[in-house]
Amino acid sequence: MPTAAPDAPLTSTSIDGAIDHLQATYPEAVSADDREGYGGIIVDSAQLLDIAQVIRDELGFDYLSSATAVDYLGAGDHMEMVYHAYRSSGGGALVFKAQTERDNAEIPSLVSVWRGADFQEREAWDLYGIHFPGHPNLKRILMWEGFHGHPMRKDWREAYYEEEQKPFDSRWPGGHVHRAEEKNVFGKNVNYPREIDLSRLMDTSESAVYQSLGLGVDVERVMDKDGFETNELVVNMGPHHPSTHGVFRMVLTVDGETVTSLEPVMGYLHRNHEKIGERNTYLHNIPFTDRLDYISSMGNNHGYVLAVEQLLSLGRRYNEPTYRCEALRVLMVELSRIVNHLWAIGFWLNDIGAFFTPVLYFIQERERILDFFEAVAGSRMMCNYMRFGGLFGDLPERIKSVSNLTNDRVRDYNTMQFLTEMFSERIPRTIDELEQLLTQNEILIERSVGVGVLSAEDAINYSAAGPLLRGSGVPYDIRRADPYSIYDELDFDVAVEDAGDMYARYRVRVKELRESVRILRQILPRLEATKGQSIWADGKPGAYAPRVPHGEAYGRVENGKGELGYYIVSAGGKSGTSNPWRYHVRAPSFINLTPMGIMSQGYKVADIVGILGSIDIVLGETDR
Amino acid sequence: MYGTGLAKGLMLTLRHFVDSYIDDIRYGFRKYSHSVDNFGIRQGTQTKGVITVQYPDEKVAVPERFRFVPFLIVEDEDHPTRAGKDWCTSCGICAKVCPPQCIWIVRGNDPDTGRPVPEPEAFFIDIDICMNCGYCAEYCPFDAIKMDHDYELASYDRTTHHIHDKERLSKPNSYWRSIAPTRAYEEMLARGTWEHKDAAKEARRGQSASRSSAPRPAAKAAPAPAEKEEAQATPEPAVSAAPAAAADGATPWSEDDAKREERRRKALERKARRAAKSGG
Repeated sequence: MPTAAPDAPLTSTSIDGAIDHLQATYPEAVSADDREGYGGIIVDSAQLLDIAQVIRDELGFDYLSSATAVDYLGAGDHMEMVYHAYRSSGGGALVFKAQTERDNAEIPSLVSVWRGADFQEREAWDLYGIHFPGHPNLKRILMWEGFHGHPMRKDWREAYYEEEQKPFDSRWPGGHVHRAEEKNVFGKNVNYPREIDLSRLMDTSESAVYQSLGLGVDVERVMDKDGFETNELVVNMGPHHPSTHGVFRMVLTVDGETVTSLEPVMGYLHRNHEKIGERNTYLHNIPFTDRLDYISSMGNNHGYVLAVEQLLSLGRRYNEPTYRCEALRVLMVELSRIVNHLWAIGFWLNDIGAFFTPVLYFIQERERILDFFEAVAGSRMMCNYMRFGGLFGDLPERIKSVSNLTNDRVRDYNTMQFLTEMFSERIPRTIDELEQLLTQNEILIERSVGVGVLSAEDAINYSAAGPLLRGSGVPYDIRRADPYSIYDELDFDVAVEDAGDMYARYRVRVKELRESVRILRQILPRLEATKGQSIWADGKPGAYAPRVPHGEAYGRVENGKGELGYYIVSAGGKSGTSNPWRYHVRAPSFINLTPMGIMSQGYKVADIVGILGSIDIVLGETDR
Repeated sequence: MYGTGLAKGLMLTLRHFVDSYIDDIRYGFRKYSHSVDNFGIRQGTQTKGVITVQYPDEKVAVPERFRFVPFLIVEDEDHPTRAGKDWCTSCGICAKVCPPQCIWIVRGNDPDTGRPVPEPEAFFIDIDICMNCGYCAEYCPFDAIKMDHDYELASYDRTTHHIHDKERLSKPNSYWRSIAPTRAYEEMLARGTWEHKDAAKEARRGQSASRSSAPRPAAKAAPAPAEKEEAQATPEPAVSAAPAAAADGATPWSEDDAKREERRRKALERKARRAAKSGG
């Protein structure tokens, strides 16, 4: 970013200029983060709220992308909240941090500045035990109320705890196997306070469940304006409900058929992905990222390797990925975006009543793409394709089955020919059919126009991302706003619609499908031109335990569902480390649920299902 | 006019409906009878529409890179010198690189000297934990562990059948070449020989040919400083006869038979001793 002229308005000044301004205005409270490999500023938490206001209003960083906690036990013994704020007009991040001690950790809440901090602060409270005074609804979000302890803290040990970090010593050279189940679930690794009776843990009555949500609704009698006697009541949807696309629960209060408030309840699929990630080596994490948003695992891989490559580039021995590698990454990511959007539109249609006819037409194309993934990466959904500085493998000459089974002539295509046919005929044809089938469909329009409206200001303030943000008229696409990989040389438009309703989100997805095809057509000649080039910078695959230098990195990509970010801290010494100290996933499915409440107010119960479908969540990523 | 959008969409579904019958006529309804040939037509490149694969009567063949629970390569029974011998040298890299840590290896030790021998005494994979990521195969420096294509591992009792031991995991080298011919060929090129690295090294010693300046195989992962132990266990890079010759299946056997017999006898003795030690 060019340095701003001295008289330029503060809202367009460079990141450095913004930091200078903050340091000049708050010389006491703002200091540069000068730890090795770190960036941004450290803010005195007493003045955090004021400074955050300045950052948003005066400096123009109106989009809080990520807010997460780090536990520096044994490395300063403090807790830290890390915030990444961006401008919705594009550009890099202003990273600011606030520190607090580990006991009685307390940092003022920023929900009054950015509503998007809501769920993220609840997550930090839940997993790290940081208290946020000023938060309107500070309750656990992923773990259940009544859970003892804060599991992401470095001194918390889970059941089956074996060792601090992988690889575990018990596997080799004396690797005598045991089944994980042979150990007791309530084993010695878990500390329960004495007053907790394990046998009564599951004993929760319905009323207790609703009370803990703090809805403040008694079943009361009200008269509506027409004189009908209606009851305001609480309706529970999920967690086992087909419309929730997994195990997700919404608790609504309805007045008649009209929704007055909605509270998302999640965590049913929580597995503490981040704790597992901190125990893993850097390499181990790649297949785990596949399991976040399992519809678009290529994109998950991409965000993660970008973050780790940022860290690796701090070291001396690092080579940029080759051009062919980048082209292949974009190829895979755009294909998975197509898969993701076809899937999202298809299931959203299921939700609002176009049951399975359209989605099966889309799945036909998805199957072909997954066949391609399987032939290239070895798996249809859990692709595990990208590596630090490279890839698992180059494209095979032919996409074909092997003859150990009966039918080796069933799938046998020349790879480039297959891709050409896909991009020039099949996928465009499917998109055309999709539009023909739906875009003018009167029933669809009546169901979706003007429903689930989210204004542009709210979308930014609630940290919405992806088609949800762009459907509200904010032309923010990371591929353009903060380009990575080779996107800056590719020709495509950012899809945007102004209405902010379900139909606008549908239109944004259709446009993005077309833009993806446009990108893919530009990728093909690049693949032809780089034929024979290695996918590894130095011609050979990377090491299995790369040493990652000390520092922090935030890698983010525009995934199908929105901004997917990975915040990674490496606490290595001189020679680096092979296990991350902090591994955080900024999950678009999770944060996009923050505005779910305001998007639902005033609509009917039947619309809620469609609104949730139009956000497009995957619970593997929401709950992590 | 209200309803045109709706009608247009319905026309599309009608077209799909009719198309499926046109396809039927084109193939003379053979799509629906269950035989291998017809399956090829139904799932073929030219067919339109989605037609259900009648699993388990029919199966879609998997591509070469398909990966499911790993297996260990052992030398074929008709191999002249190393019949039945593991390719695995129990270096432990697969166990370290395994993300869910589902691999357990007991390293073989020579009972006389106590020094490690390049052969695993036991090898376990808990297939309930395995996430089929393929890292073990990708990072194995000896091409000894590979991802399988056999995905039908369901059993009636998970407590007894889901930990695969060495016997269950072992499959002959020829099986690997049959399920993944292209990759086996690429590995051979990287290794420089169809043989195991160790075998090639021994063959070279027998030959006493001065080819020590051969290039290192490209596929070998560079050992990190912490992995000194493996680095020692790693044999010197194999030296090839010209890859083209090796590709024909010619094996570079050149040492004389007596020596070979002798070494084989010794190896079998060692194996028997270890078996006795570990209680059979």
